[in-house]
Amino acid sequence: MNTRTIARMNFDDALAAFEPVLGLETHVELGTASKMFCGCATTFGGDANTQVCPVCLGLPGSLPVVNAVAVESTIRMGLALNCSIASWCRFARKNYFYPDMPKDYQVSQYDEPLCTDGFLDVTVSTEDGPREFRVEIERVHMEEDTGKLTHAGGDTGRIHGADYSLVDYNRAGIPLIEIVTKPIVGTGSLAPEIARAYVTELRDLMRALGVSDVRMDQGSLRCDVNVSLAPAGEPWGTRSETKNVNSLRSVERAVRFEIERQAAVLSDGGRVIQETRHFHEDTGETTPGRSKEHAEDYRYFPEPDLVPVAPSADWVEQLRGTLPEVPSARRARLQAEWGIGDLDMQTLVNAEALDLVEATIAEGVDQAAARKWWTGEFTRIANERGVALSELTVTPTHIARVEALIADGSLTDKLARQVFEGVIAGEGDVDQVVQSRGLVVVGDDSTLLAAIEQALAEQPDVAEKIRGGKVQAAGAIVGAVMKATQGQADAAKVRALLLSHLGVDG
Amino acid sequence: MASVMGGDLVRQDAATLASALSEGEVTSVEITSACLDRIDAVDDRVHAFLHVDREAALSAAADVDARRAAGEQLGSLAGVPLALKDVLTMRGVPTTCGSRILEGWRPPYDSTIVERLRAAGVVILGKTNMDEFAMGSSTEHSGFGPTRNPWDLERIPGGSGGGSAAALAAFEAPLAIGTDTGGSIRQPAAVTGTVGVKPTYGAVSRYGLVALASSLDQAGPCARTVLDAAMLHEVIAGYDPRDSTSIDSPVPDVVEAARAADVRGMRIGLVRELGGEGYQAGVRERFDQAVATLINLGAEVVEVSCPHFDYALGAYYLILPSEASSNLARFDGMRYGLRVGDDETASVEEVMARTREVGFGAEVKRRIMLGTYALSSGYYDAYYGQAQKVRTLIARDFAAAFAEVDVLISPTTPTTAFRIGEKVDDPLAMYLNDIATIPVNLAGNCAMSVPIGLAAEDGLPVGLQIMAPALGDDRLYRVGAALEQALIDSWGHSLIEEVPAL
Repeated sequence: MNTRTIARMNFDDALAAFEPVLGLETHVELGTASKMFCGCATTFGGDANTQVCPVCLGLPGSLPVVNAVAVESTIRMGLALNCSIASWCRFARKNYFYPDMPKDYQVSQYDEPLCTDGFLDVTVSTEDGPREFRVEIERVHMEEDTGKLTHAGGDTGRIHGADYSLVDYNRAGIPLIEIVTKPIVGTGSLAPEIARAYVTELRDLMRALGVSDVRMDQGSLRCDVNVSLAPAGEPWGTRSETKNVNSLRSVERAVRFEIERQAAVLSDGGRVIQETRHFHEDTGETTPGRSKEHAEDYRYFPEPDLVPVAPSADWVEQLRGTLPEVPSARRARLQAEWGIGDLDMQTLVNAEALDLVEATIAEGVDQAAARKWWTGEFTRIANERGVALSELTVTPTHIARVEALIADGSLTDKLARQVFEGVIAGEGDVDQVVQSRGLVVVGDDSTLLAAIEQALAEQPDVAEKIRGGKVQAAGAIVGAVMKATQGQADAAKVRALLLSHLGVDG
Repeated sequence: MASVMGGDLVRQDAATLASALSEGEVTSVEITSACLDRIDAVDDRVHAFLHVDREAALSAAADVDARRAAGEQLGSLAGVPLALKDVLTMRGVPTTCGSRILEGWRPPYDSTIVERLRAAGVVILGKTNMDEFAMGSSTEHSGFGPTRNPWDLERIPGGSGGGSAAALAAFEAPLAIGTDTGGSIRQPAAVTGTVGVKPTYGAVSRYGLVALASSLDQAGPCARTVLDAAMLHEVIAGYDPRDSTSIDSPVPDVVEAARAADVRGMRIGLVRELGGEGYQAGVRERFDQAVATLINLGAEVVEVSCPHFDYALGAYYLILPSEASSNLARFDGMRYGLRVGDDETASVEEVMARTREVGFGAEVKRRIMLGTYALSSGYYDAYYGQAQKVRTLIARDFAAAFAEVDVLISPTTPTTAFRIGEKVDDPLAMYLNDIATIPVNLAGNCAMSVPIGLAAEDGLPVGLQIMAPALGDDRLYRVGAALEQALIDSWGHSLIEEVPAL
């Protein structure tokens, strides 16, 4: 669809010439059982227009009633983001005509958000080690989602040029929480990583609070990414707003692309246009959307169909008491408990293995072993299969069992990998795979000695060298024994047996 | 049985019919048939109804009769017919709000009021005519032609609820439901010689009431007597969890108050700002006589000033259009009702625009434009913001007045019913009809209009407005019923009996 190549400046050059300013508006569907203003179900994937009623269809005469759980979730999120909670605030109507909006206005919050003035600390990896960055939060508010349009025919996938469009109102009225940052300044070249780390942290926070499971593959988190550039020390430049960026990686890429694009425009003597842009997953580029030549006037006014939301101070304090440990505090605690370095911790976080490692350790597994399995073998397999670590069938219990078998000498590291291969392939639990694949260490001394003697007989010259004190030559015999036992022997044990058999001091 | 009822079922009030029903002197089917026959006989001239469902009404009546015969305990109004303003949804029954844009729409759900009426066994005859989306004071702005005043078919029956008021005055129904955003129950009641009550905001659920201005709209009872209105008020009022502006507190005992009909010892305030210049001589004359009657009945009458009422009309015509411009946005041809211009080439915006161009009448467009302007960026504070401040000042005027008196009174309207066509092209003259009724909507308290006689110069009905504090609805009935009884005693009959034969 974009036939012309968009000019870009090399990222490092762009950052040498300009300071970026970011702003992120993140919309997340709350995990309530019912919609924001009616009792309809919020489950994903139902047949079109089956989870609707007069209220979320905006039928004439219907009236909204606020979902108390959504208010509670928003307050808890606000508290976790260190915000002030309004003692009295109202919903507002945002008026504009669009067929995905049953009432042709969206019930949202405007100048009276429920939560204001907070912050979220995020950590990014740099060459000099992890760096903490404080992102200030402007506001957190509630609103209703719109329906979902599908445009048929035409070649743009957009409403203009489509033969017809279908609307599914199942999503209309699903509660959304919108989290808006203050302008994020001083990031320098870390802007893309900070944007990603911020959204990741938000996601983890919402999951920890249990207010949303944040299924990004179902579009339940959408981010509007605002970027502007200006030469250092000069007033902020004009921003672009890239809408509906819906993965962590895309957030990072969108910021990077906009920095490179705007730098090219500015250094060429051009002006950045204030506009909405769309991000394309395939190319990693943004292209212009609706132009905002005249700012849209949404004619906000207080929603007269709803009474104000007025959470009592007691209730807010009670909710504060229900807050779980925030992800950053938890990470700091686990890092100290396990005694690991910043880099190891960052590896765990990047692999999204923290919960799994913690659970594995809780099963009695040594922290080093637990980390090794999850960030090594399992991460590799998950990447190969293109699935999340948590989606593999292997569990902390499996690891505990395997580690016990290694400890008592029944499995070697190499055999253990084969066991997990079987578990992940769905062949059963650890003991079943050991049984069916016959994966047992050959541990009985007489069997091993017979194999050693045979190997020595086949390689008399090697035997001689060992006897003569060239202990490093033992490897050839050990290798032959391992081959003879189909790898099911403990190589260290074979080596020890060999040396003592030859009367050589290892 | 007709003999028991004195010959003409349709002229009986609801309380009399209810009592005859419970005594087994008459059946609901008989009453309902009589009303339907009356509608057939006169409604081509009055045009009170937009939709009558004879079979559904008779079936509902038969059901009530069967339940009564089976010994079931029924509500006090069970079996009594009612006319429903066409702004309230009723499952499967056309609901147009007097607008072409909703032609053909049959809502899939019952409004809370309809639910309550059904549960009480009230028989719904059909839907009554109204100014389009309740915007107007004459019912001339209906997309389906005007309703005529049974007192004089060349005159307006008031509006927006002219259909409901005319149905009562034409003896087509003993009860009706209206909605009142700035006087749409009280002004039609005044000009048709009937009783209309705007309850306290939040007393009657708005769920299923197609919104004009959400913060002002309130449904209420319309009847030919104060007691009938009270009985209907009792059925429809009460907390509804589906309307978050609904009040969760007990409904005042309005029926008891109507039966008490006693003003002895009450302090009644005459609002200085309502009733002077600009009010028709015959209206003032009747009003002064009613005041004298109240004093005779033992009330103490004092003059009270509500200085900010002078700004009510201006504030109202900013708040109402603002809310309406948003509430009426959904009528865009996409989901229900009229769709114009969908020729496979037009864009969605073009179809929306054409549908609204064709589907809405001039008054609706006028108010949508006013409201869109008032809410616009850069104008909001000066218009909508200032109007909200006036609203607060008016509420304070009421609070100060009710610290001194139990109720306030004024003429309901400045004039009696005007001629059809007289003001339809003069919006400002039309808006002035509601000058006395608007303050109550802005403040959210309650008011009633009761008939107090005919103006000498034109022989048309005059109404007196009683205003009470929020949740003081019982006071309206206490004063209204006392005045009604005293006037009937003085005339020897009720005013409604003077309606000319159609």
